[in-house]
Amino acid sequence: MNLKVLNINKFRTRNAKHETQNSMELKDKLISSYLAFENSGFIDTDSKVHAERNLAFLQFEKLGFPTKKEEDWKYTSLKPILNKDYNLFPDAENDIELKDVKRYFIHEIDSYKVVFVDGVYSSFLSETTHEGCDICLFSSAIKKPKYKMVIDHYFNTIAEKDENLTALNTAFTKEGVYINIPKNTIVPKPIQVLHFSTGNNNDVLLQPRNLIVVGENSHVQIIERHQSLSENATLTNVVTEIFAAKRAIVDYYKIQNDLQTASLIDSTYVSQKQNSIVSINTYAFGGKLTRNNLKFYHNGTHITSNLNGITIIGDKQHVDHNTLVDHKTPDCESHQNYKGIYAEKSTGVFNGKVMVHKEAQKTNAFQQNNNILLHDGATINAKPQLKIYADDVKCSHGCTIGQLDEEALFYLRSRGIPKQEATALLLYAFSNDVLNHIKIPALKNRITKLIALKLGVNLGFDL
Amino acid sequence: MSTKTKYTEEHLKKELETQEYEYGFYTDIESEKFAVGLNEDVVRAISKKKEEPEWMTEWRLKAFRAWQKMEEPNWANVKYTKPKFQDISYFSAPKKKPKLDSLDEVDPELLKTFEKLGISIGEQKRLSNVAMDIVVDSVSVATTFKKTLNERGIIFCPISEAIKEHPELVKKYIGSIVPTTDNFYAALNSAVFSDGSFCYIPKGVKCPMELSTYFRINESGTGQFERTLLIADEGSFVSYLEGCTAPQRDENQLHAAVVELIVLKDAEIKYSTVQNWYPGGKDGKGGVYNFVTKRALCETNAKVSWTQVETGSAITWKYPSCILKGDNSVGEFYSIAVTNNYQQADTGTKMIHIGKNTKSTIISKGISAGKSQNSYRGLVQINARAENARNFSQCDSLLMGNECGAHTFPYIEVKNKSAQIEHEATTSKIGEDQLFYCNQRGIDTEKAIALIVNGFSKDVLNKLPMEFAVEAQKLLEISLEGSVG
Repeated sequence: MNLKVLNINKFRTRNAKHETQNSMELKDKLISSYLAFENSGFIDTDSKVHAERNLAFLQFEKLGFPTKKEEDWKYTSLKPILNKDYNLFPDAENDIELKDVKRYFIHEIDSYKVVFVDGVYSSFLSETTHEGCDICLFSSAIKKPKYKMVIDHYFNTIAEKDENLTALNTAFTKEGVYINIPKNTIVPKPIQVLHFSTGNNNDVLLQPRNLIVVGENSHVQIIERHQSLSENATLTNVVTEIFAAKRAIVDYYKIQNDLQTASLIDSTYVSQKQNSIVSINTYAFGGKLTRNNLKFYHNGTHITSNLNGITIIGDKQHVDHNTLVDHKTPDCESHQNYKGIYAEKSTGVFNGKVMVHKEAQKTNAFQQNNNILLHDGATINAKPQLKIYADDVKCSHGCTIGQLDEEALFYLRSRGIPKQEATALLLYAFSNDVLNHIKIPALKNRITKLIALKLGVNLGFDL
Repeated sequence: MSTKTKYTEEHLKKELETQEYEYGFYTDIESEKFAVGLNEDVVRAISKKKEEPEWMTEWRLKAFRAWQKMEEPNWANVKYTKPKFQDISYFSAPKKKPKLDSLDEVDPELLKTFEKLGISIGEQKRLSNVAMDIVVDSVSVATTFKKTLNERGIIFCPISEAIKEHPELVKKYIGSIVPTTDNFYAALNSAVFSDGSFCYIPKGVKCPMELSTYFRINESGTGQFERTLLIADEGSFVSYLEGCTAPQRDENQLHAAVVELIVLKDAEIKYSTVQNWYPGGKDGKGGVYNFVTKRALCETNAKVSWTQVETGSAITWKYPSCILKGDNSVGEFYSIAVTNNYQQADTGTKMIHIGKNTKSTIISKGISAGKSQNSYRGLVQINARAENARNFSQCDSLLMGNECGAHTFPYIEVKNKSAQIEHEATTSKIGEDQLFYCNQRGIDTEKAIALIVNGFSKDVLNKLPMEFAVEAQKLLEISLEGSVG
């Protein structure tokens, strides 16, 4: 530890120089802010989280932000979102009225809610619990010995240590959701996690850190959403670690429908034990730049991993899905199904990787990526990869890029359906098999409406 | 299989592992060879040796200077000790004899070599109607059927000869598709290539026979750097074959070739390769490093078709590409890559769609056995102006044993909404259910495996020209013997 402290001191002197030059880039700004942050006394200096943060900080200092030269970032440039002067620590709690944000909740159903405004917990909008299961805040959990033990055990064990932005998030770990579902518990209602940014503090960089531990035979449904409420730029760099024990079932839904000024880098790491089923569903409908890193690690047999995604974007939006399913154990399954609809000058990236280790015999890995380009100027870059070291496996991937079937369109129009509606219907049908994975009816309804909105029509039916 | 014991995949695997390289002999042909090492003087010396004009020497030097500044690519999914470029002799040629008028005067040792290769020149000439250019240690030693071709205006000769006799063509096209600075190995090749084949098919001429080049590395401590330049003028057609072998050695020999195809309006080139360089021993010792840059440029209505059967080489790094520049041009890529023991292959194609209504097809079959690694790496790029581009890609891998690997890295980049792209890949082994299905219908396991493996690679085998089929079958047997009948 002494050595690390020394290192940090070295940075301090270096950054002092930078400050005098008054030309701090975001990276330098983050580095210097870290010192203030680290000494804020928020976390015990002898705790594991503290040590992890220091290590991650050094790692980020070394790595910096990723560039397009890195294979994983070949098609996504962070340049346009890193040139802002982000406010790293929005000062006070910014109150927002429930009526202003009610539409961002799935309010039709009863649910637990964990709401953050500019990275600060809003007790007024939230509904947490400690009865039967723990759905609360990372910052409060770490202060209680009972939860601290869990955090020390799981925190930063599956998040990639050498991934630039994950390291950055780890270094600034402070707030997020902490969900711990004990054995044999079915959480009675879904959990909604919402992050609002008000823009009251100018451009803002948010770095929530979530830890979700699901015990044996337990079941939980989680809906996550990031929403910007102003025209000021927001960059969210969120990291979520999910641990599913034996036979646990986790359904996770990510709604990404943000303003054109908001960007999101979402890194989700999932560790699964035997017979568990984890489904991560990503609905990317907007935002300036969205990057989803989704990585599954298997630690047991008969695991099922589901990765579903619908992307419908236009304008100059950019969505990048980067997935990995790491099959290390035999008899597991993974299903990836990503649909993309790209309009105007939008860009889509799908970089899916299935890794099957030598020991992972009888693996069944499936990867499907279908894309439709609606306008010239829209771009799709797909890179579906398979790395296979075991022979008794069934692995396949399919990737298509095309347009709507002219004949189907003609068929609908010849029956009096206007072109726009006909197009929307066909596009809706295109994404329908991914929608069918939604197990919360109210959410399915909401997503359907969002799709209709995106396609610019009223579909005229609810599901 | 004389014994009637149950023949299973295990047997096949074993046979594959113990299969020896049939072409690992070394021919004692007197040859002259440069001292090892590479510098500007060596480049100049090679150029001088080949009696090249000044512009060619300069062109080589330019490439050499660029090469010095470049770094070896290491993005491919292969692991190997990097060749020491200063330990290689960059020129080795069978000792020059007075020019021969007929094949009968060719060095009998050399003829024996070809007999061992199963390509006795004389026989080939009589039976199969194939015009051949034979390149040993990067120097062209024999070109057959010259007269017949000359009558139609077809130029088919060693590239060293073409530089002297058809400088206008060479000057115009060499390096136009693969620039000297394209990549590390292409730059190296441009600097030191010693020979290769040159072919020009005039307007409207359909080449009456298959043209063929045989490459062989004979000397130890040498690298082979040949350069092939094919020009199909408007409305012409040619089918071109290429085969490679090398003696069995414990060292890793380097083969860095460049192939450029220029397919002008309405022309078509069919380019087939059977690559059977020495793959290294069972323990992964020795073998040829095969780092090849192949690229074709298609003008309007042109068509290019790459067919490759890759069974040899310790390391393969090869991506025959098509630049579909002209409207309605067509690119095809059919590949079988078989890896065994410690072989590693990272191969695939690039289809760059620039023109309107361009089409491309990619069929890639990978078979890995032993401890080998087999990767498909391909790029399909549809540019913004390439209206109605169409691509179909299929990459299938067959794994034998659980110590090998099969990988797929497709890159798909589309910037035009009218493009239609399909890509699919599967990885599997010979399924128990597939075998059961055959058994159930009275086909014994041995035949069933043969059936399945044959069926697996049929799509590509069928694309090989008839004249080459015999040869290809023979080479493929090295890897698939035991599974066939």
